Amino acid sequence: MNNTQIKISTKNLNLYYGDNHAVKNINIRIEEKKVTALIGPSGCGKSTFLKTLNRMNDLIPYVRITGDVYFEDLDVYKDYDIVELRKRIGMVFQKPNPFPMSIYDNVAYGPRTHGIKAKEILDEIVKSSLEKAALWEEVKDRLKQNALGLSGGQQQRLCIARVLAVEPEVILMDEPTSALDPLATLKIEDLVHELRNNYTIIIVTHNMQQAARISDQTAFFLHGEVVEYGPTKKIFRVPEDKRTEDYITGRFG
Amino acid sequence: MKKRKIKETIQKAVIWLCAFITVAALAWIVIYIIANGLAHLNPDFIFSEYKGGKNGILPMILSTVYVVLLSVIIAAPIGVGAALYLVEYAKPGKLLYLVRFATETLAGIPSIIYGLFGFIFFVTILKFSFSLLSGALTLSIMVLPTVIRTTEEALKCVPVSYREGSLALGATKFQTIRGVVLPSAIPGVLTAVILSIGRIVGETAAVYLTAGMVTRFPGSMMDSGRTLSVHLYVLAKEGISFEEAFATAAILIITVALINLATNKAAGRLKRSFTSQDN
Amino acid sequence: MNKACNSISANISYGTQQKKYRLRNLKEHIAEGLLLLCAFLAVISLLIIATYIFYSGVPIFGKVGFKEIVFGMVWKPLEGSFGIFPMIAASLLATLGSVAFGATVGLMTAVFLAELSPLWLSKIVRPAIELLAGIPSVVYGFFGLIVIVPLIDKYCGGGGNSLLAAIMILGIMILPTIVSISETSLRAVPVEYKEGSLALGASQLQTIFKVTIPAAKSGIAAGIILGMGRAIGETMAVILVIGNTPQLPGSLLDRARTLTSNIAIEMSYAQGLHQEALFATGVVLFVFIMILNIVLTTIFRKAGEEK
Ligand SMILES: Nc1ncnc2c1ncn2[C@@H]1O[C@H](COP(=O)(O)OP(=O)(O)OP(=O)(O)O)[C@@H](O)[C@H]1O
Ligand SMILES: [Mg+2]
Repeated sequence: MNNTQIKISTKNLNLYYGDNHAVKNINIRIEEKKVTALIGPSGCGKSTFLKTLNRMNDLIPYVRITGDVYFEDLDVYKDYDIVELRKRIGMVFQKPNPFPMSIYDNVAYGPRTHGIKAKEILDEIVKSSLEKAALWEEVKDRLKQNALGLSGGQQQRLCIARVLAVEPEVILMDEPTSALDPLATLKIEDLVHELRNNYTIIIVTHNMQQAARISDQTAFFLHGEVVEYGPTKKIFRVPEDKRTEDYITGRFG
Repeated sequence: MKKRKIKETIQKAVIWLCAFITVAALAWIVIYIIANGLAHLNPDFIFSEYKGGKNGILPMILSTVYVVLLSVIIAAPIGVGAALYLVEYAKPGKLLYLVRFATETLAGIPSIIYGLFGFIFFVTILKFSFSLLSGALTLSIMVLPTVIRTTEEALKCVPVSYREGSLALGATKFQTIRGVVLPSAIPGVLTAVILSIGRIVGETAAVYLTAGMVTRFPGSMMDSGRTLSVHLYVLAKEGISFEEAFATAAILIITVALINLATNKAAGRLKRSFTSQDN
Repeated sequence: MNKACNSISANISYGTQQKKYRLRNLKEHIAEGLLLLCAFLAVISLLIIATYIFYSGVPIFGKVGFKEIVFGMVWKPLEGSFGIFPMIAASLLATLGSVAFGATVGLMTAVFLAELSPLWLSKIVRPAIELLAGIPSVVYGFFGLIVIVPLIDKYCGGGGNSLLAAIMILGIMILPTIVSISETSLRAVPVEYKEGSLALGASQLQTIFKVTIPAAKSGIAAGIILGMGRAIGETMAVILVIGNTPQLPGSLLDRARTLTSNIAIEMSYAQGLHQEALFATGVVLFVFIMILNIVLTTIFRKAGEEK
């Protein structure tokens, strides 16, 4: 813990959907350039928690949040401009959601939005982002084709490339492989493995093996609370809490 | 039991008869007019001026096109803007209700009232006189509800995930609307525009009281001009030439058929552009 | 937390960043404001239209008298009598007559399309009806003038230009509206309702008349009222076939003049009080339409609550 920087931390974080208390009193410190997995049964608040980090919950009018989220020690809800924040904390969704435009335009969308106009620079960004997302070889000859024509796995990697093009520091992934077949899943996992060298990644997953394979830290969520949080190896080998053990061994959830 | 059977047979016959009446009446009108109109539909009629013995309808076609273009240029941006506000920004409440009420009422107002209003407001008070501009301004208010409603429907079809995807990349709300939402809804906007064109082409009462009925080539938008529908009305009302009236009516019907075709195409494209995503 | 230390480094570019954000937020607000203005233009238009129509049409009620106008029987604007009762009556009669025809035939056609018609047939009929909904009303009027009026003259006499001709033309004209809206709402009736009825041993037709139509009634009513609005507001088609004599029609074969045709025919040359009387005609028409609209929104709201 001494050598690692804390990228994101929360302090007594609570979230309510109207009366539904979905995230309860969470205190967590996410390390920089590590992969943190969030696991837990369905409906336990993983997605909700994830979205508090880049303020995607702001879109829902009846949401109420108490407590603090710090990104590099500045308060996400007070000190940041929301657009700047989302630029630096990218997000990949459960269902691939490419825009109904060409592959090129999908990747160039972010940079363009943030003011980059020069064709050569955009070309370069698109190429390097697609390369980083391990998609370049498959699509380099059809960049002008509609992104909706790609397979599910390709679409998801495109969405990752789209996020990379904005040069975020953190990438939030909400079950990025749950809509994909095993082969496509494997590709995404490899990709996450590659990306951990340069990015802080927080990934929600239902797949225990996946969490064990790709993450450095794991947090186990239950009923909106973090039951246990620590190095993945430890959580999977010697969990401290009985409920964690039950969940990991498949006895409930 | 037998009585019931007879009763049912009669009921069924009545239903079939009514359907037949509908189809027959409508088919009769279309076929009768097209059949009589085709005889007179020659290039000379379509492409010459309305003077010197030649009673061509080119000036009317041009006036119609001008009025359509002008009205669409005015109504489309406003209508789309209004729809964007209603779908993307407005929170449920009084304002939304007020705008809804206004569009619904505008949609119900008869065209002659629009004509009356255009006549007093644009023609007389603003001194635009009988002109294509007065006509187009009047018509653009008339088609505004159509544009707003159709565009709204299209915007509601744009998946939330597109908006989320864009916002998560750090785009602002308006950047998201401009970059993703509006482009995805383009076929819907197109449908709205085509529907409006249909209404404008077919409108008579409102145009007649605002754009006038001069048969010259319109030189600018401040000139008076006669649209095809108004022309048909004058030909029929004054009994000038039923031949020409048939031909003009035939052109109107064909135009409407083409517009319908275009609407269905555009609507189909809208549907497809959102269904191909789940493959 | 080493918050203090980090904030200092963050503060270096803080000022220029803030400026950038402020400019961007300003742009966002301007965009939203412009869109709001667009939405409000609909409200403003309605206000201006209503204001001008009423402003120009209401004063004459004071000068000539409400009763003399609305219940006056004589329309001789150049001689100072502005009675529009014959026009009100003709408008109502033409509308009711055409709706009686259009609603019956239209509803039955909708039932046919939604429940009885073989698929291939409805695939032809539906687009045809859609096409007809778009045909300009003046075309219908022209057809009436050239076909219906002579037919009436031939079989019933009296010249043919008549209330009856107007009713027939309007009746046909509003068919597509009524058919398509009724069909949509008939199709929206949940299958379970029909299955429930059929499972009880009711025949197909009994199910249609006892279950399906009642379940779709608010949609059907909406379609009929929309058709009614089209009929009462129609102008040019009516002028071409109704004869336009401002008298109270004694029979279906009499000539008549509706509120709308009164405005269209005389507006281009009317002056002074005469013009005001035409605006008053518009006011009366406006009021009728507003009533219809309120009925319509009530129906829609009810339909919404039921669901
Ligand atoms: N938009 C919303 N409005 C109201 N309640 C919501 C909303 N989204 C989630 N919830 C509720 O909040 C709780 C947590 O949901 P959340 O989606 O965060 O769970 P999750 O752990 O991501 O589940 P899953 O693994 O199924 O994705 C649930 O009870 C859910 O019903
Ligand atoms: Mg989830």
